[in-house]
Amino acid sequence: MIEFIRKLFAPPKPPEAITTAPFSEQQVNEIINNSSVRFDLLQLVAACGQSVGKQRELNEDSLLALTATLAGNSGNIPFGLYIVADGMGGHQFGEVASNSAIRTVAGYVMRKFHPYLFNLKPEPLEESLQEVMLAAVTEAQKVIQREAPGSGTTLTAVLILGQQMTVAHVGDSRAYSIMPDGRIETITRDHSLVKRLEELGHLTAEQAPNYPHRNVLYRALGQGDVLEPDIFTVPFPTTGTLMLCSDGLWGVLNDQDLARAVRDSSSLARACQTLVTAANTAGGPDNISVVVVQMTS
Amino acid sequence: METQRITQSFDSGKGSEPRRQLSAGTTLTERYLIQEVIGVGGMGSVYRARDLHFPSVVKLVAVKEMINMAPDPAVRQIIVQNFEREANLLATLNHSAIPRIYDYFTQNEHSYLVLEFIHGKDLEAIISETDGFLSEEQVLTWGIELCDVLEYLHGHKPDPIVFRDMKPSNVMINHNGDVVLVDFGIAKTFQTGQRGTMIGTEGYSPPEQYRGEANHLADVYALGATLHHALTRRDPRLEPPFSFNERPVRRINPAISAELEAVVNTALQYNPEERFPSVAEMKNALMTAGRKTGLLSRMPTTNLSSTSIKPLWTFQCEDEVRGTPTYYQGTVFIGSYDNNLYALNGADGKFQWKYATDGGVVSRPGVYDGNVYFGSEDKSLHVIGARSGKVAWTYRTDGPIRSSPRIAEGHVFIGSDDEHLHAINLATGRSAWKFETAGPIRSTPFVADELVYVGGESGDFYAIDFGGTMKWRFQSKRAITSSPFVEKQTVYFSSMDGTLYALDARNGWAIWRFRLGKGSIVSPAAADNMIFTGAADGFIYAVESQNAKELWRFRTEHQISGSPVIYKDALYCGSVDGVLYCLEYKTGRLRWKFATQAAITGTPLVYDDIVYIGSTDKQVYALLA
Repeated sequence: MIEFIRKLFAPPKPPEAITTAPFSEQQVNEIINNSSVRFDLLQLVAACGQSVGKQRELNEDSLLALTATLAGNSGNIPFGLYIVADGMGGHQFGEVASNSAIRTVAGYVMRKFHPYLFNLKPEPLEESLQEVMLAAVTEAQKVIQREAPGSGTTLTAVLILGQQMTVAHVGDSRAYSIMPDGRIETITRDHSLVKRLEELGHLTAEQAPNYPHRNVLYRALGQGDVLEPDIFTVPFPTTGTLMLCSDGLWGVLNDQDLARAVRDSSSLARACQTLVTAANTAGGPDNISVVVVQMTS
Repeated sequence: METQRITQSFDSGKGSEPRRQLSAGTTLTERYLIQEVIGVGGMGSVYRARDLHFPSVVKLVAVKEMINMAPDPAVRQIIVQNFEREANLLATLNHSAIPRIYDYFTQNEHSYLVLEFIHGKDLEAIISETDGFLSEEQVLTWGIELCDVLEYLHGHKPDPIVFRDMKPSNVMINHNGDVVLVDFGIAKTFQTGQRGTMIGTEGYSPPEQYRGEANHLADVYALGATLHHALTRRDPRLEPPFSFNERPVRRINPAISAELEAVVNTALQYNPEERFPSVAEMKNALMTAGRKTGLLSRMPTTNLSSTSIKPLWTFQCEDEVRGTPTYYQGTVFIGSYDNNLYALNGADGKFQWKYATDGGVVSRPGVYDGNVYFGSEDKSLHVIGARSGKVAWTYRTDGPIRSSPRIAEGHVFIGSDDEHLHAINLATGRSAWKFETAGPIRSTPFVADELVYVGGESGDFYAIDFGGTMKWRFQSKRAITSSPFVEKQTVYFSSMDGTLYALDARNGWAIWRFRLGKGSIVSPAAADNMIFTGAADGFIYAVESQNAKELWRFRTEHQISGSPVIYKDALYCGSVDGVLYCLEYKTGRLRWKFATQAAITGTPLVYDDIVYIGSTDKQVYALLA
C-alpha cells in the first residue's frame, strides 16, 4: 500500500511532464479505499467449441476442459487442465487415439492432484509439474500403441496452476496467447514437416500454406520408439486469452481472424461459436476443436 | 488429419510394456523352445529360442513375434502382409551382415519370424552404455561395414532394396565386433517414381523420406545420422529433424578428425544431390579419411595455455579468501578468513583500508547509500562507511553469519546460523522482524514481488512476505546453501540433494527438477532463457529455463563451490581445482582459464571488463575479462 502511494506521488517522468493539482487528504483516502476493494480470488473461465467440419464424416478430434480452484493455506489457487487432440490413422483409429490420449493424460494428472483437491493433508507431490506431464504423455503413448496400433494423435495439453501454465505438446495442434490489443502469439511449435522446412528456410511463410505435404507430422503421440514431447512452463497470459485448437481451425483462419473473433465476442462461449462457424464457412475441410481460457479476478 | 504413418517398427523399442509374452519353456510349432525375451517392440517381443530339430547340439534362433491386435480386419490384413513381405525379402538375401531367415508362420493373431540368432548387442545400447565417446577408429570401421551391406542391398536384382530404417538400434554388433543389419520390416524394393507411405524413423530419416520419396540416397543420409549419433552420443530423435548441421561432430567431440566429420556432413546434406551419389562413394570417402588420419596417430588436442594470462594485479590477504567481491565507485570490497574486510582500488589493487571483525568473513558485501554491509562469523552484521572504513552500526545475531545481505525496500535481509532470517531496518539499524527457520541460514535471500526467498540448511526453502509471515515452504531432501534468484515468476536454486529446482515463485509448486551429478551449494545464474549452475561433481551445467533441457556441461577437475557469473557473452566460474574458467556461455566452450595457487570457492565479480576473484591461496586477483 505504501508502495502504491509512493508510486502515486512519484515525480512525473520527463519529457512528458504532466502537472496535476495535489490531491487532498480525503481524495488520497478515497483512492486507497477504492483500490482495496478488489477481488482476491483469481479464477479461470473456459469455453469450448467443436465441429466435424464440412468434408469429413468422422470426428477424430477430442477435447477436455477442466476448471477448478485449489483451496490452500495461503489462499486459493486457480487450477485448470485443458487438452486438444487431433487423431489420425484412418480405419476409425484416429478417434480412438485422440480419445485415449486425452483420457490417459487427464486421468494421470488428476490422480496426482486429487489429494490436493479433496484430501485434508496431502503428501507433497514428489514430482515436478513437468515430470507429471511427461509421465502422463508417456503413459498415453503406451496406451495408444496398445489400443490402436499404427494410429497417432496430436496432443496439446495445458496444466494451469496459479498464474503459470505447464504445456505438453506433440504434433500440430496449437496453443495461442491472444492479448486484448489483438496481438496473437503461437506458444507451441508445430511438429510438422512444413514447419520444419520453414524453420530451415526451405519454404517461406507464404509458401507454407500451399505446400502439398502439409499434413505430414514428424512427431505424433502413438508413433515411434522414442517420443520427446515439448514440455515447458510459461506465465499464463493473465490479461489476455489462452486458446487451444486443432488444425481444422488454424489451418483455415489467419491469426488476425482468430484474434478478432476472441476479442469481439461478448463471451468466451460465443467466441467459440464464432470461431467454429468461421472455419466451416471457410470450407470446413477438417474437424474443428477449440478451447479458450481466461483468468479473471 | 490424413493417414500418415511416420514410423512402424517391430524392433526393440524401450519403454513399451511387455504384454502377453511367451514364457520361457513354451514351444512353438513343436520346434522352437522359447528361452527368454531379448527385445520388446511396439507390436510384440523378440525371443531367444532353441531349435529342437537339432537335439544333439544347441542351435539358437531369434524368434520375432508380431501380435496383431488391430480390431479392424483391413488393418490386420495390412499388418500380416507387411510381416510376410519382410520374410520373403529376407529369404532372397545372402550377406554376412544380414541375418539368415529360417522359417515363418502365423498362429491366429500371432505371426513369427525365425531368424539367425546374433550373439551381440545393438549399437544403440553400445552407444548409451559406453562411458564417454566411442573411438573414431571403431565408428569408422563400422561405418565402412555398413556401407558394404547397404551397397549389397542397393545392388539387389531385379529391384534395388532401400533399407529405409538405418539407425543404431537396427545395427547389431556381433561377437566378432562386426555389424549385422536387423529389422527389415520396412525395407522396400525400390521402383523409381513410386510414392510410398510415410515411414521412417524420426531423427534419422532425410527430408525426402517424410514426403514418401526415399531412394538409396535416403540410406546415405540415415547412415550419416547413425554415425553422427555414434560419434556425438546425441540422439537425433530428441532433436528437431534435419538439425545435424547445428551440432557439428567436432563441436561435441573434438577428438574426431576433420576428415571424418566432413564425410558425415556430406552424407547429411539436406538436398539428396549434394550427398554422396552412392554408398560405394561414401565407403571410399570413409576409407580415405581413415588412411589420411592414420586412424590411431591422431594429433594431440591443443591445450589452451593457462600461463599466458597475466593478472592485472593481485592482492595478498593474511588468510584464505573464500568470499565474493563487490564493486562500488571504483573500489572492490572483499572479505577474508583473516577476519578483515578489505577495500581495494579496482584499477590497480592498491590497499585503501581494512576493517577487522572478530571472525572470518565469507559474506559477500552489499553496498547501499555509501555504506558497506556484510556479515562475519563473529555473529554480527557490520555496516561500514564505504569511503571512510569507519563503522556506522552493527547488528548482532546469535550465530555466525555466512549468508550475505540483501538490501531492498528499506531493509537489509540476512540469514544467520542462529536459525533465523533477519530483517533489519536500514534507517534505525534495529530488527524489523526475525523469521525462525528449522536450521542455519547460509543462503543469501532474494527479494522479488514483495516476497523474500531463502534456503535453509534444514533443506527447507521459504517464501516470506514483508511482514515476516511465511507465504509458502518447499522441502528438498538436503541442505539449501545455494542462493535463489527469481525470474519470470520462477525461483531457481540448487540443493545438496543434487537437484537444481525451478519453483513457481508465487506458490512453491515445483515446475521442474534437474538432476546434477552430485550435491550443490552453487547459486544459479541466468541469461537468454538459460540457467547455469555447478555441482560437487565438478561440472558446470547449462539448462534451458523453460524445461530444464540440458544444453551443455563443462568438466572441471574438482568440485564447484562458487557460482557462475555471466558477463557479455561469457560465463566465469571458479573451481576447487584452483582454476577460474571463462566459457562461451551459449556453447560451454572454453575460452581461457587461469590457475590460482589453491582452491577457488568464491564467486567472481565482473565489472567494466575486469574479473575479480578471490582464492584460498590468500590472494585476490584482477584479470582482463
